[in-house]
Amino acid sequence: MQGALESGVQFVSAYPGTPSSEIGMIFGEIARKNGVYFEFSANEKVAMEAGIGASFSGMKTLVAMKNFGLNVALDAFLPFVYTGTVGPTVIVVADDPSCYSSGQSEENSRAFAYLGHVPVLEPADPEEARLFTKLGFEISGKFNVPVMLRITTRVAHQRMPVESGKIPAGKKTGKFVKNVHKFVTMPPRVLEMKDELLEKIEKIRSFSEKSEANKIISGRTADKIGIIVSGVSYLYVKEILKESGLDIPILKIGMFYPLPNGKIKSFIKGLKKVLVVEELEGYVEKEVRALAEKTAIEVHGKDLLPVTGELGTGKIAAALSRLSGKKLKIKNLLETEGRKLKIAPRFPRLCEGCPYWLVFAAIKKLAPKDVIWGGDIGCYMLAGYPPHEIQDYLLCMGSSIGIGHGIAKSTRQKVIALIGDSTFFHAGIPALINTVYNKSNPLIIVLDNRITAMTGHQPNPGMGETGMGDSSENIKIEDIAKACGVKHVKVVDPVNFKELQNVVKDYLAKDETALIVMRKMCAYYARKIKKDEKR
Amino acid sequence: MKKDNFKTVIAGVGGQGLITLTQLIAESALVEGSDVRTSELHGLSQRGGSVETHIIFGRKVYSPLVGQGEADLILSLEILEALRKIHYADSETAFLINGYSLPYSGSPSDKEISDMIKKEIKGEKYIVPASKICNEKLGKEVLSGTYLLGFAVYNKLIPLKAESVLRAIERLMPDKYRKINKEAFKLAQSS
Repeated sequence: MQGALESGVQFVSAYPGTPSSEIGMIFGEIARKNGVYFEFSANEKVAMEAGIGASFSGMKTLVAMKNFGLNVALDAFLPFVYTGTVGPTVIVVADDPSCYSSGQSEENSRAFAYLGHVPVLEPADPEEARLFTKLGFEISGKFNVPVMLRITTRVAHQRMPVESGKIPAGKKTGKFVKNVHKFVTMPPRVLEMKDELLEKIEKIRSFSEKSEANKIISGRTADKIGIIVSGVSYLYVKEILKESGLDIPILKIGMFYPLPNGKIKSFIKGLKKVLVVEELEGYVEKEVRALAEKTAIEVHGKDLLPVTGELGTGKIAAALSRLSGKKLKIKNLLETEGRKLKIAPRFPRLCEGCPYWLVFAAIKKLAPKDVIWGGDIGCYMLAGYPPHEIQDYLLCMGSSIGIGHGIAKSTRQKVIALIGDSTFFHAGIPALINTVYNKSNPLIIVLDNRITAMTGHQPNPGMGETGMGDSSENIKIEDIAKACGVKHVKVVDPVNFKELQNVVKDYLAKDETALIVMRKMCAYYARKIKKDEKR
Repeated sequence: MKKDNFKTVIAGVGGQGLITLTQLIAESALVEGSDVRTSELHGLSQRGGSVETHIIFGRKVYSPLVGQGEADLILSLEILEALRKIHYADSETAFLINGYSLPYSGSPSDKEISDMIKKEIKGEKYIVPASKICNEKLGKEVLSGTYLLGFAVYNKLIPLKAESVLRAIERLMPDKYRKINKEAFKLAQSS
């Protein structure tokens, strides 16, 4: 955020998702004061598209999302790398190794660098995130290509002292200058664009060779071991070397794509063994292995370190110890593995007063025994935990409806699909249209708690308020459902428990798509508003 | 490993104010001119589930995470959650535990918990009824984190000066919470 401001960012769009949500939250607070436009978009694809439009209009642009958001936005993102930018653009993408706050998959968004030929910077900590955001804008400005800043949970939710530089005053209005040659990707032009992009990448590789983002920290090479490291793992490596007194040279990769092949070659020259330390899939390791081909240098990485889960000092120290054949003088790290006690897990649960308590109790009681419960992304994922245990599948945003339709079409079982307000706006609507159009019969329950709650209470299109706090059209879910052709639509306040039960009973019997909007504000947010008003 | 940087793990249940306490300790260390890094998690897991944060301060800090067996202090806002962090401890790790229990379906009994504490915690341990004290004297249970930090400072379980924490409260907390947090902190001096 600070880095973007110092770069003179003018346009910011985001969709919340842990661990990236705070970027949008903070821009929502400070955008107006700093003359920046900010929006929470309805989903990541439209956030990306808004950002592309801003960049095409000459604005310095930042788009922020979590990893799964980039999957949603990919359709717009890949051609954007082809067309390139006008206003410099940085896309922040937050991965979550160990899936602390991510249900769907343990995604390694660095893979998109290969798919899209997009330059990727990988900071290790908040201060570097600031510097690399500025560097990203610089590279984007120089080569007219969007740059991806890939962070992880331990970078995003790490605190440390950060320096702050000058924030330039930016202009607020851009201008779209027509240029069909640049902005229209129709073939055969699209193939020329690809060639141009590949040329740009080679130029950026030369830039990367000289960039301080990839730095060598020299050490004595007595054992002829070297470490190549990217992302937050750099901090773990430095910690181990400091604590153990080992002196090993390090090449820190700050720019993951395109890699500085020359710098890597000169770093590994003369070494016997190289340990590549990176979280998740060993992409850097593969590249280093290719560069070390036909030499006697041993390249290690995922043979000694796990592909799954985040790393830490313990795992890396063990790998280093095996590689060097020495016992490192860090006994605690190596010896206390497996001391965790077996204690029954404390599941997260719905907050006190949460309206979902009432909804879950009613639908669980009234649904037939063999009903299939469709889950979706939001606080209501807790439906899967005791005491509710009403979640038979859970994949990605909007899929409770989309998959529910497929099950309803394939079986004689009734499907109840749960979906939240923000998730409905995000990806539920096309699935709803498909369900009605193809004559399906799930009961869809929209849990409308008037806010995007799970990620820390961000506004969404159903609230009549924008990300900058301006009042806006309050888009009603029931109106959308009716417009999508759903014949049975009702809005219920779960506090009216009797009515709630009657409607559920009635709608469970329908043999067409039916939709109930359970509308009651998130209890936590309601308390927060009350507290703020008192202040 | 214990001589240079000081490593703290805070444990508790989502909603107990762990992140505020983490920020308060980090800010206090900054007041003293130390280098600091912390790590925390946000999101759904924090809704009443088990949570932990890490704080490391000292001359020069790299890793934002405390490794296995590396903690100097484990500060737990709930009694059972302390036991979940045992892998961060070795025989020299001090435990400061709020004598406060938030049971859940499937949680061990009080007797099982106290047996485990006896058996598993090898180093110094303090079980302080911080929630009870804060509730009785200040009417606010959520201050127990600040109270426990006071206990740690006055009993030298954490190398921070009381003045530094009080300055950090000034810097960090909104007006209306400053006074009561200072009271909670100082309350620990007399216990």
